[in-house]
Amino acid sequence: MSSAMYERMRANPKFQELVARRGRFAWTLAAIVLTMFYGFVMVVAFNPTSLGQPVAEGSMLTVGVAVEFFMFVFFWVLTAVYVKRANTEFDALTQEIVKEAWKEQK
Amino acid sequence: MIRQLITALGLLSLSALAVAAGDPLGAAEKQATNWHAIIMFCIFVTMTMGITYWAASRTKSTADFYTAGGGITGFQNGLAIAGDYMSAATLLGLTAMVYSQGYDGYIYMLAFFAGWPIILFLMAERLRNLGKFTFSDITAYRLDQGKVRTMAAISSLTVVCFYLIAQMVGAGQLIKLLFGLEYNVAIFAVGILMMVYVTFGGMVATTWVQIIKACMLLAGGTLVMFLAFGQFGFSFQTLLEKATAVHKLGPKLMYPGSLLADPVTAISLGLGLMFGTAGLPHILMRFFTVTDAKEARKSVLYASGFVAYFFNVIFLMGLCGILIVGQNPDFFEGGTIGGKLIGGGNMVAMHLAKAVGGNMLLGFLAAVAFATILAVVSGLALAGASAISHDLYARVIKKGQASEAAEIRVSKIATICLGFVAIILGILFEKQNIAFMVGLAFGVAAAANFPVLILSMYWKGLTTRGALFGGYGGLISAVLFVLFSKSVWVDVLGNKAALFPYTQPALFAMPIAFVLAYIFSKSDSSVRAKAEVDAFDDQYVRAQTGYGAAGAASH
Repeated sequence: MSSAMYERMRANPKFQELVARRGRFAWTLAAIVLTMFYGFVMVVAFNPTSLGQPVAEGSMLTVGVAVEFFMFVFFWVLTAVYVKRANTEFDALTQEIVKEAWKEQK
Repeated sequence: MIRQLITALGLLSLSALAVAAGDPLGAAEKQATNWHAIIMFCIFVTMTMGITYWAASRTKSTADFYTAGGGITGFQNGLAIAGDYMSAATLLGLTAMVYSQGYDGYIYMLAFFAGWPIILFLMAERLRNLGKFTFSDITAYRLDQGKVRTMAAISSLTVVCFYLIAQMVGAGQLIKLLFGLEYNVAIFAVGILMMVYVTFGGMVATTWVQIIKACMLLAGGTLVMFLAFGQFGFSFQTLLEKATAVHKLGPKLMYPGSLLADPVTAISLGLGLMFGTAGLPHILMRFFTVTDAKEARKSVLYASGFVAYFFNVIFLMGLCGILIVGQNPDFFEGGTIGGKLIGGGNMVAMHLAKAVGGNMLLGFLAAVAFATILAVVSGLALAGASAISHDLYARVIKKGQASEAAEIRVSKIATICLGFVAIILGILFEKQNIAFMVGLAFGVAAAANFPVLILSMYWKGLTTRGALFGGYGGLISAVLFVLFSKSVWVDVLGNKAALFPYTQPALFAMPIAFVLAYIFSKSDSSVRAKAEVDAFDDQYVRAQTGYGAAGAASH
């Protein structure tokens, strides 16, 4: 757990690549969730009546319920997408970085 | 010794409840003794006592006590997180909210859910890679251990207390309805059972109680929803047509309504629920019970899936309740439809179970709800106790020199003290709406815990001084905003007008915390501050790679 290990890992270009790629991916997904959710909250706050409109003439299903249900499903799909990529691609890269740092020490 | 104690306490609680059930003296409205419920409840208590006994034999080190040795799988932990998150307030409070406010309840639930993807994307792996037992392991990673941990422990305990209030009030109302037992006696029963689970079984018992309860809750809720929704031919259209026709809100039922009447409340609530989730000590603690970041991510995937599913079930349950419970005079005091619901406004889910599945289903759901309360209260108590023993005792008072045995002893004493605090608070806050109390707990978590935690992981420039001002600033302002709002200043303390016009503190308290943390970090030019900023680089590599993380250092 020495600082030297961390120093070597930081110097590895793969570490920079991991940080950049995972960071970009995570922040993109987070931005999608935050934008959609707070966009929705803004509509609740400033234009609540629009959410009570039916999605189609005569339907009891309102825009608000439909949009929310979509967000429940969509946000969960995004978590699945992130977990899939992080647990395969990013974790493999992480292991390489740690392994290479060990090799250099020997 | 431990075995005898558990047996004795188990028998004591069982016999106390059996006596109370047969003799419902002192109850406002006498309930017929529901043997199904009593038997199912007894089975649950016996089962969990068995688990606690088993867990007690495996809880030897502090790692066992706080985090079950870090050996929980992602799926198990996902269920346990969902269990921690879907409290009695979720089942009872949110069903009641949909029943009385319609669409508002659904908005509330989305806000509860939306924090999970954010936790996964921005926090989960860093939490697991940096933390060991409590989230202050992370905030104090490169900062002054004593000061920062004291601050984190105080804010954790504040959140735990708010959340405990909600749980205890739900427990009291539920048992009162089910057994005809005095509210205060019910509160004592919950408090004492919780102390037994946590003191003897630690995180192992708490996790398994949580997992069993989550499965029961998902199954019970789904069954009630199917039976109720089936009465409307599984047609959302028919259900809503009928519900809006009879509900006092009429067509307004499906519009955002009084609960979120003004924009400030809506935004503040959204912020509080989303970032509050990321600041709840008992939820954060669950990230340290898994082996590595991979399992931590999986936990969130499973947990958020269960939570999202169950919230939609609750939405349907609440809507069905409007017709099945709201139109049946049997469920109202004195038989007047539209009057006061028997057992109080939070009992919609219970009445619905009885209406669609008779006493058997009521018994099952009541046992589930009670199990839920016990499990969540146990998780909270463990989080609170670890803040006291791991942060305050072992790291601040003993400066890391405490023996494991002493630390565990302190955490057990802390658990018992927290049990009594929970009992007292439960009695004090009997009349409050419990879903609302959870909202307050989230507001404080969002303003006191979240800002410092996220800054410590993401911002190199954070120093001890900044963290302290940010943390205490967020905590004090959130607590004051709550204290001066209508829900405490007027409803509890009996003053005429609220000093702070909004009920949700997050929108105001969170910026205060962030701004204070920024200003006081930036203006900190001490040598110590420079060392703390320099230490970020190593912390950053560990946060990203997990190298050196607790429980994963077996290279």
